[in-house]
Amino acid sequence: MAKELLKGNVAIAEAAVRYGLEAYFGYPITPQTEMLEYLSKRMPELGRVFVQAESELGAVNMVYGAACTGARVMTSSSSPGISLMMEGLSYIAGTELPAVLVDVMRGGPGLGNIAPSQQDYNQITHGGGHGDYYPIVLAPASIQEAIDYIGLAFDLSEKYRSLAVLLIDGSLGQMMEPAELPEMQPVRAAYPHWAARGATGRGRIVHTSIYLNPIEQEKTNFRILSRWREVQANEVRFKEYYLDDAEYAIIAFGTAGRVALSAVRAARAAGIKVGLLRPITLAPFPGNAVRELAKRVQSLLVVEMNNGQMVDDVLANIHDQTPVEFYGRPGGNVPLADEILAEIERIVKGKLTLNGHPRDRWLDRMLTKS
Amino acid sequence: MQVDIIIAGFGGQGVLFAGQLLAYAAMDNGYHVTWYPSYGPEMRGGTANCTVIIADEEIGAPVVGSPQVLLAMNRPSLDKYESSVKPDGFLIINSSIIDRPVVRKDVHVINVPANEIAEKIGDKRMTNMVMLGALLANLPLLSIETIVSELRAHLPERHQKLIPANIRALTEGARFQLEPV
Amino acid sequence: MDMLGEETIVYERPATLTDLSSHYCPGCTHGIAHRLAAEVLDEMNFRERTIGVASVGCSVFAYNYFNFDFVQAPHGRAPAMATGVKRVLPDRIVFTYQGDGDLASIGMGEIVAAAARGENITVIFINNANYGMTGGQMAPTTLPGQVTTSSPTGRDIEVAGFPIRVSEMLSSLDGAAYVVRRSLHDPKNIRLAKKAIRAAFEVQARGLGFSMVELLSTCPTNWGMTPVDAIHWLETKMLPYYPVGDYKVGPAVAEIKI
Ligand SMILES: Cc1ncc(C[n+]2csc(CCOP(=O)(O)OP(=O)(O)O)c2C)c(N)n1
Ligand code: SF4
Repeated sequence: MAKELLKGNVAIAEAAVRYGLEAYFGYPITPQTEMLEYLSKRMPELGRVFVQAESELGAVNMVYGAACTGARVMTSSSSPGISLMMEGLSYIAGTELPAVLVDVMRGGPGLGNIAPSQQDYNQITHGGGHGDYYPIVLAPASIQEAIDYIGLAFDLSEKYRSLAVLLIDGSLGQMMEPAELPEMQPVRAAYPHWAARGATGRGRIVHTSIYLNPIEQEKTNFRILSRWREVQANEVRFKEYYLDDAEYAIIAFGTAGRVALSAVRAARAAGIKVGLLRPITLAPFPGNAVRELAKRVQSLLVVEMNNGQMVDDVLANIHDQTPVEFYGRPGGNVPLADEILAEIERIVKGKLTLNGHPRDRWLDRMLTKS
Repeated sequence: MQVDIIIAGFGGQGVLFAGQLLAYAAMDNGYHVTWYPSYGPEMRGGTANCTVIIADEEIGAPVVGSPQVLLAMNRPSLDKYESSVKPDGFLIINSSIIDRPVVRKDVHVINVPANEIAEKIGDKRMTNMVMLGALLANLPLLSIETIVSELRAHLPERHQKLIPANIRALTEGARFQLEPV
Repeated sequence: MDMLGEETIVYERPATLTDLSSHYCPGCTHGIAHRLAAEVLDEMNFRERTIGVASVGCSVFAYNYFNFDFVQAPHGRAPAMATGVKRVLPDRIVFTYQGDGDLASIGMGEIVAAAARGENITVIFINNANYGMTGGQMAPTTLPGQVTTSSPTGRDIEVAGFPIRVSEMLSSLDGAAYVVRRSLHDPKNIRLAKKAIRAAFEVQARGLGFSMVELLSTCPTNWGMTPVDAIHWLETKMLPYYPVGDYKVGPAVAEIKI
C-alpha cells in the first residue's frame, strides 16, 4: 500500500480497525478526541461496535465486559481520563484478560493542559491501579510506528492475556506524517477457549478477579508474574542510533527520542561521538540493553518530557556503574534539539559524578536558569 | 537536507491547510515530512500555526526553535517568530495587514500584499495560496504544479471549482521572487 | 444627550464580575449566565461569603470572571467538591457552575448523590446540547437526530439512547428543594432565569436544601451557526424537548417571595 499523509490519532484508529478491532468504547478528551470521532463514523459503517461512554470509568468497564467475550477491544484517552480508568484496568489485569489502551499523554498533574507530555510514564508502566500487575507498554515515536505497534499491542495482549498500552504524547496524536496503513484484515472467526460467549455444548466459564482465599490470590499473583517473566524474556524492543562507536549515549522514548535524534545528529556534526537508545517497549524495559550500553560509554543522558521517571528504571538497571545525567521538560513542553545538544556539550566538557540523583542536579540547574 | 517552515496567522486564514498542501507535495515528491499544528483552545478565535519539516532523511524533532522560513500571515505571528528565524533565512510577510517593517537585517524579507492580491482575484480565501506561491518561488524545493495537483487531490468536492482561482493566487504569489544574490 | 440632562448610568458591570473580556466565543450564552449569577450575588450582597466551584468544560475558567473565591473541580466532580466546601463552611454560599457533559454524563453520580443528600448547595447547569470545550461531541442532552462530531449521522437513539432531562429526573429526589429549567434565548426568558437564580440562592441561604437552575444555552461555534441562528435553534428545537418550568419547588421554598 502507498504512503498516505496521516494524523496520528486517525492513523491509530484506522490501523486498529484494519487489525480487526471489534469494539471501541471511549469518551472525549483532548488531544485524543479525533480517535473517538473517527471511530464514531467508521465502526458503525463496518457494523462493528462503537459506544461513546458516559465517562472513562464507563468506557473502561465496557472494555472489561467486551474483553470477557474474547473480542478485540480498545479504548483511548488522555491523562486525566486514564486516571479514571485505573480501577477498571486493575480489574482487567486481575481477571487476566487482553485489552488495548491508548494514552495520548498531556501535561499534568490535575487538569494540567492539553500540550504533549510524558508524565504518565510511571502510572502506566508501573501499573497505576491497585495490586500487582504488569501492562505491556509500547512507545512509538512516529506515526508509522504507532500504526505498527497498535497491531503489535493487540497481538501481545492476546498472546499473554495482558493489558497492552500504546503510550504516546499529544504531539504524535496531532501531527501528520506519511505512513502506510496495513491491509484490511478480517475480524477473527474463532474465539479463544476462555471467551465467555454462552455455555453452548461446554461447561460454564466465569470471569472474575475475586479470590477470597489469599492462597488462591497468591497463586494468581504468581501466575501473572510468571507470564510477565515470559514477556520480559521475549518481547523487549528498542531502537539504536549511532551507537557503534559512541562514547556518550542518550536514552529517550517517543517524541523525546525523536528530538534527541536531532540533537545527536547535530552533536555528531560537531564531532561528538554520541548515540541514542530509544526504548520501544517501556515495559518490559530494555534493562539488559541499557546495562550493556552503560558499560561501553562514559556517561548516559536520559531525556524525558517529565520530571524524570524512566530515569529511575535506567538507574535501577545500571547499579551506579556509569554516571547518568537527566534532562526533562515537564508540564506540556517539548524540548528543543538545541536544549539537548547543550546538555550533550555540558556532559562532554563537565565533570561527571556518581553521587546524588541526576534528577536533583537537573532541578538545581533548571531553577538557577529560570 | 532539511527545511523547517513555520506558517502562522489567525485561525481561519488557511494556515493549517497551506501547511498540509506543502506536506502532501513533499511526500509525493519522495521527501520525509512532518506537519505539526498548534491545537486546542488556542484555535478558538486566536492564532493558528503549523510547523512543516521537509527532509531527505528520517526526521527527528517535529518542532523547531529556529525555522529557516517563516510565513507570517499577520502581525502577531511576525512579533512572535521574527527573532527566531535562522540567519540567512526567509521571512515571507503578508504586507497587506502587517503594518510594521521587519527589524532583522540578516534575513531575506519578501513582502507580499497577499490580501489585496487575493481580493483582486476575487476571493479573500486565496490569501494563503498567494503566500504559498511566494514561498515556493523562493524555496525551489517543490513546484507550483505539484501543489496544484495536491489541491486537485485534497480539496473537498464542493471547493474543486475554486482551483483556477487557487492557481492564479499561487502564480501571482510566485512573482515575488527575490533576485538571486 | 440634551434630552437626558445629567448622565444616568443604566447598565454597568456587576461588582462580582472581574474587568476582563471573556474567552467565550462570540454569541455564546455562557456570558449571560455568568452575568446573571453575578447580578444576583451583588444584589444579595453575598460576594464575600461566596465560594464558586468551576467544572470542566468551556466554563473551566469561570474563576477568572467571578470576583470571589473559587475552586476548580475534576470533570464531573463539582457537586462532590462543593459538598466538601459547604460541609466545612456551612454558613457560606457555595455554588457549582457545570455544563451538560460535566453534570449529566461523567458527573451524573455526583449530581444525583448531592441532590439526594439534600446538599445545601446551588447548581447552575448549562445545557447546550453538546460538549463545547472538546469540539462539539454528543452530550447526554444532544437531541435525537442532532449531528455532532461523535454522532456524525445524527444521534441515533437505537445505539446512543435518549437525551436526559436532568431537571425532571432530579426533581424526583426528596432531597432536592428547588429544581427549575429556564432559557437564555430572549430578554423575557433571561429575566425569568435571573429570578430563578435568585430563588435558588435564597433557598441555600435559608438552608432549605439542594437547588439547581438549568439554563438552556447556545453553542454557536460547535453548532456551526451564527449566534442569531443558534438562538433560533434553541427556541425551535431545544425548547420543545426541554420545556422551561418549575420541576420541584419544595413546600418551604414556595413561601419565598422575591
Ligand atoms: C476525566 C476527564 N475526561 C475528559 C475530559 C475532557 N473534557 C474537557 S471539557 C469536556 C466536555 C465539557 O462539555 P460540557 O460539560 O457540556 O461543557 P461546555 O464545554 O459545553 O460548556 C470534556 C469531555 C477531562 N478534562 N477530564
Ligand atoms: S465552544 Fe460553545 S459553549 Fe464553548 S465558548 Fe464557544 S460557543 Fe460557548
